[in-house]
Amino acid sequence: MISFIKKSYVVIILIIMYAPIALLMLFSFNNSKLPIWKGFTLSWYAKMFNDASIQQAFMYTIIIAIISSFAATVIGTFAAMGINRMVSWQKNIAMNITYIPLLSPDIIIGISLMMLFSVIKLPFGLPTLIVSHITFSTPYVILSVMPKLKQMDYNLYEAALDLGATPWYAFKKVIFPEIMPGVIAGAFIAFTLSIDDFVVSFFNKGAGVDTLSIKIYSMARKGVNPTINAISTIMFSTIIIILLVMNIKVNKKLSKSQTK
Amino acid sequence: MENKDIQKNYIIDLKNISKTFDDTEVLKDISMYIKRNEFLTLLGPSGCGKTTLLRIVGGFEEPSRGEVYFEGENIINLPPYKRRINTVFQKYALFPHMNVEDNIAFGLHIKKIDKKLIKKKVSEMLELVNLKGFEKRSVDSLSGGQQQRIAIARALINEPEVLLLDEPLGALDLKLRKGMQLELKKIQQKVGITFIYVTHDQEEALTMSDTIAVMNEGRVQQIGSPVDIYNEPKNAFVANFIGESNILEGKMIRDCLVVFHNTHFECVDGGFDEQESIDVVVRPEDIQIVSQEEGMLKGTVESVTFKGVHYEMLVNTGEFLWTIHSTAMSYIGQVVGLIITPADIHIMKRR
Repeated sequence: MISFIKKSYVVIILIIMYAPIALLMLFSFNNSKLPIWKGFTLSWYAKMFNDASIQQAFMYTIIIAIISSFAATVIGTFAAMGINRMVSWQKNIAMNITYIPLLSPDIIIGISLMMLFSVIKLPFGLPTLIVSHITFSTPYVILSVMPKLKQMDYNLYEAALDLGATPWYAFKKVIFPEIMPGVIAGAFIAFTLSIDDFVVSFFNKGAGVDTLSIKIYSMARKGVNPTINAISTIMFSTIIIILLVMNIKVNKKLSKSQTK
Repeated sequence: MENKDIQKNYIIDLKNISKTFDDTEVLKDISMYIKRNEFLTLLGPSGCGKTTLLRIVGGFEEPSRGEVYFEGENIINLPPYKRRINTVFQKYALFPHMNVEDNIAFGLHIKKIDKKLIKKKVSEMLELVNLKGFEKRSVDSLSGGQQQRIAIARALINEPEVLLLDEPLGALDLKLRKGMQLELKKIQQKVGITFIYVTHDQEEALTMSDTIAVMNEGRVQQIGSPVDIYNEPKNAFVANFIGESNILEGKMIRDCLVVFHNTHFECVDGGFDEQESIDVVVRPEDIQIVSQEEGMLKGTVESVTFKGVHYEMLVNTGEFLWTIHSTAMSYIGQVVGLIITPADIHIMKRR
């Protein structure tokens, strides 16, 4: 019995973790508004694709995710490089400041950004959403790039300068290839965080500009609607696909460098 | 006229270099010339400032005070990538995501040199460091010794006027290190440029260098040829650091006569004040063990250690415990006589 539990432990955990999502996916194909199985249908998906406001929310979500994750990756990577070259007490302060937004509740970040945008009179809408997403995802990029920078032998950079490279050329040809796995991981984290986010977006959206998660929330308030299940299934699948692609790429790289 | 001569003979001129890191003075007012085409070694214990001095020449560190002249031109504000100096780093610092060929060609790619010429030069360099045909190998498939050679090839392909080497053999095992010492010296003679070499290994320094600068506590203690530094150490630190030494306090009676160990000895040094307090250095291999009647000094053998080529013996003469190297073995407890000839007594000014 004990050995059975030992063996099935991981399976049980996975079932507990994924059962709700599996159920949600299943009911997105259910031919009824109620959570009772009434046969297979794609009508909720059809409804979703015919709803212009969902289409628009989807578009906004993708645009915000792409722009904010790109900006956060650039800002975060350079910030990490700067922090890495600080002396230790400065580094400690900088890293703690980086951790604070990670640990503080989303709602505080959301409200404080909302106040900031009202004070500086930035009109709520796409720009505020993008800026707020850059704000909360940049620390994650810093944290994912940092270990790679620490691993890198600083002499590599000096060697490049020594051989005649300008600092920018040395960054392109030597530093960046070394820290690339961290940068890519950071970019993916920023991208998925942006797609996932509800709380911060909720406080910083403008009239007529909804992200998918906000759209789902406002639909859910109006009552049960399996279209929500369909949207959620699509969002979840997108994230899973991104994760898979990332893992396959990393694995390929690993096996490549091993066989070399 | 005189100025021109200096410019011809000296490639680097360090003037009053000082460097302070967080209130610690690592280099204290160092001035020295480095000759064209010589193999100069900065030798000293860890923390003596030798690596910092090398990094200042390379442009990776800025001195707190002082100037670096390269062929008569002050290069203190020149970044590393504009200096005609290349460096071999302690841990090689090869670019891990590039193969051997791309590593070596890195400097030439920057200069946008014709691809065919680069290929030719890379294979010439690989031949110079005895790694012909290694172009497509990945860096991490190479052994430490091979990586070191690639690092040397990567630096030399840029045809620098000066090559800086920061303890390049530190990570290799003893046998490999000996082989590489000779090889490095050969390479230096072949390419005919200035090598500035940093090490804490006195044997390595004696083997390879034309000139050694012995450093301690941020100062150059002595600069000279290996033979000069070994035979005529300027002070107790140099004497102790370069090989083992017996160092005693003494007094000059007059030129060529010195008293130490309560005994008068003839020597060959002069130019000291009468009755000046001095330090005397006697190398362990310069002391002869004879029977006690024949000896200038008499003592008891306290320990005998076999060192391969010779025995190391400690002989207590009451006043002093002598370290003696000899191929003939004495026995513990044996009473022996010691002879020191005038030429083997080295007199140093006391600080």
